[in-house]
Amino acid sequence: MSDQNRLGVFKTYKLYVGGKFPRSESGRVYEVTDSKGQWLANAPQSSRKDARDAVVAARKAFGGWSGATAYNRGQVLYRVAEMLEGRKEQFVREVAASEGLSKSKAAAVVDAAIDRWVWYAGWTDKIGQISGGANPVAGPFFNLSTPEPTGVVAVLAPRKSSLLGLVSVIAPVIATGNTAVVVASADAPLPALSLGEVLATSDVPGGVVNILSGVTAEIAAPLAAHQDVNAIDLTGADAALAKELEIAAADNLKRVLRPRPAGADGASDSTDWSAAPGTHRLTAFLETKTVWHPTGALGASGSSY
Amino acid sequence: MPTTAPAFSDATASDSALRRFLFGLPGVDAVGLEARAASLGTRSIKTTAKAYAIDLAISMIDLTTLEGADTPGKVRALAAKAVNPDPTDRTTPRTAAVCVYPDMAATAAAALAGSGVKVASVATAFPAGRAALDVKLADVRDAVAAGADEIDMVIDRGAFLSGRFLKVYEEIVAVKAECGAARLKVIFETGELSTYDNIRRASWIGMLAGADFIKTSTGKVATNATPANTLLMLEAVRDFRAQTGTQIGVKPAGGIRTTKDAVKFLVLVNETAGEDWLDPHWFRFGASSLLNDLLMQRQKLSTGRYSGPDYVTVD
Repeated sequence: MSDQNRLGVFKTYKLYVGGKFPRSESGRVYEVTDSKGQWLANAPQSSRKDARDAVVAARKAFGGWSGATAYNRGQVLYRVAEMLEGRKEQFVREVAASEGLSKSKAAAVVDAAIDRWVWYAGWTDKIGQISGGANPVAGPFFNLSTPEPTGVVAVLAPRKSSLLGLVSVIAPVIATGNTAVVVASADAPLPALSLGEVLATSDVPGGVVNILSGVTAEIAAPLAAHQDVNAIDLTGADAALAKELEIAAADNLKRVLRPRPAGADGASDSTDWSAAPGTHRLTAFLETKTVWHPTGALGASGSSY
Repeated sequence: MPTTAPAFSDATASDSALRRFLFGLPGVDAVGLEARAASLGTRSIKTTAKAYAIDLAISMIDLTTLEGADTPGKVRALAAKAVNPDPTDRTTPRTAAVCVYPDMAATAAAALAGSGVKVASVATAFPAGRAALDVKLADVRDAVAAGADEIDMVIDRGAFLSGRFLKVYEEIVAVKAECGAARLKVIFETGELSTYDNIRRASWIGMLAGADFIKTSTGKVATNATPANTLLMLEAVRDFRAQTGTQIGVKPAGGIRTTKDAVKFLVLVNETAGEDWLDPHWFRFGASSLLNDLLMQRQKLSTGRYSGPDYVTVD
């Protein structure tokens, strides 16, 4: 059958919440265009109730995911990289269209995103050593600090880097055992919505990552004020929105990761996502638990152990 | 006080008369019933109407703990929650009652004394109801003596399903006689009655025998209160009042966990039985986790931000 005779099969992009692919509760969609303004697809326009449902799903998944062994989480994150590798072509196409890149540049971005999953997969069972450890104390105690996940983290994905930036903010959050409610870039949500399909087939338990698309401020405001969200990453918010959200987030003392300060051109989203990420995003959403364990009286040497 | 309205006195004269009466009731259109219940569940209740519905639902809850692991401490904690469901907002209404096993009724009564919250106690060998009549009656006497204001009894489903309707009827009459001033709720365990026709028949047996409330289920089996079976029972109490002038309450129990579900049931009440039943005296929810969801929704309405399970009690 020749191409002329074939009807086009358009993809219905849907949200990813609790391991399922619902439409927005509000029934709304909005038009997503490429960098030149050409229509690409319709994406769901999430409402605050979608945000609420996503938080419920993330909370439900938290116990299992944070309780999984770090080794197991590492395997799951590596599996995401494997699945992404198999669907590379689709992501190259979507990233090229969303960000206005040539095919070869988009392919480099997708490769970097896949490598980023692998990089964070390796960190899951090592973060404990660099952000925890034995503390020297002046008394007959073992004193051990160990990092624990903060809980449900709302993540505002970068506005421009639709895949590499997205992976760079999701992976560190879930690597340490948090669960995430991700607000995709409003202008370029398609790679994020497709990433949901990858996560659903990668052994990531449903609810660990929830992906919403729509108007960032509309979804982020109820998340920032939500009493059952423990932290918020404001990477994708502009300066005015970030300030407003940080005020709302203070109500229940959420951990807040502020966006990078505005660059010289005034654009706050000037982060170079291809640079080595470092560990600050891994440690941003961790709590430190410290345990004192008595060892008995200090001996003549000053230590009984 | 005659327990049977004069119009139906001959219906309960003998086993065969009762059977004739029950099988003479109109059959239930199962598809229509479920469609009606589902369509009433789609009503949109927002803002002030929602605030009213939430407060009404809280005031209708029989806050329940029916576990083998119940302790006096747990019952006292539950009683404190019934009197003051949300300590951060004193405008929150009290629940209607606390529902416990008979041996905990005295503890609950002491904890709730003077609060206006009633003590409900299950009895008659709840939840299975498989005991001799003497034992069941003793169970009821114990609960009433311990201070229960309301008795939740279970019918003998074995007798009902094998067609001995008069036995079911007489047992309810006997239990009612033991209740004294306590109101009697009759549990049918609708999940075990198999058909909607049976639920309608059981409702009429209960109403004829002098129940003050008819209640769907124990919460101990797979299928508990559903919108459809509650709708059917609401129709029964509506018809009964139209024919005898006696108003009887309805209590769905088990499986109602969210505010959305509770509001759907309130719509059913209003649209089927009418406004007269929108009162804790005539309609109850048998629930425990429902209260926390109602409180979280109430907090959302008053503050504008979503609440979380960290802000309600764990029970």
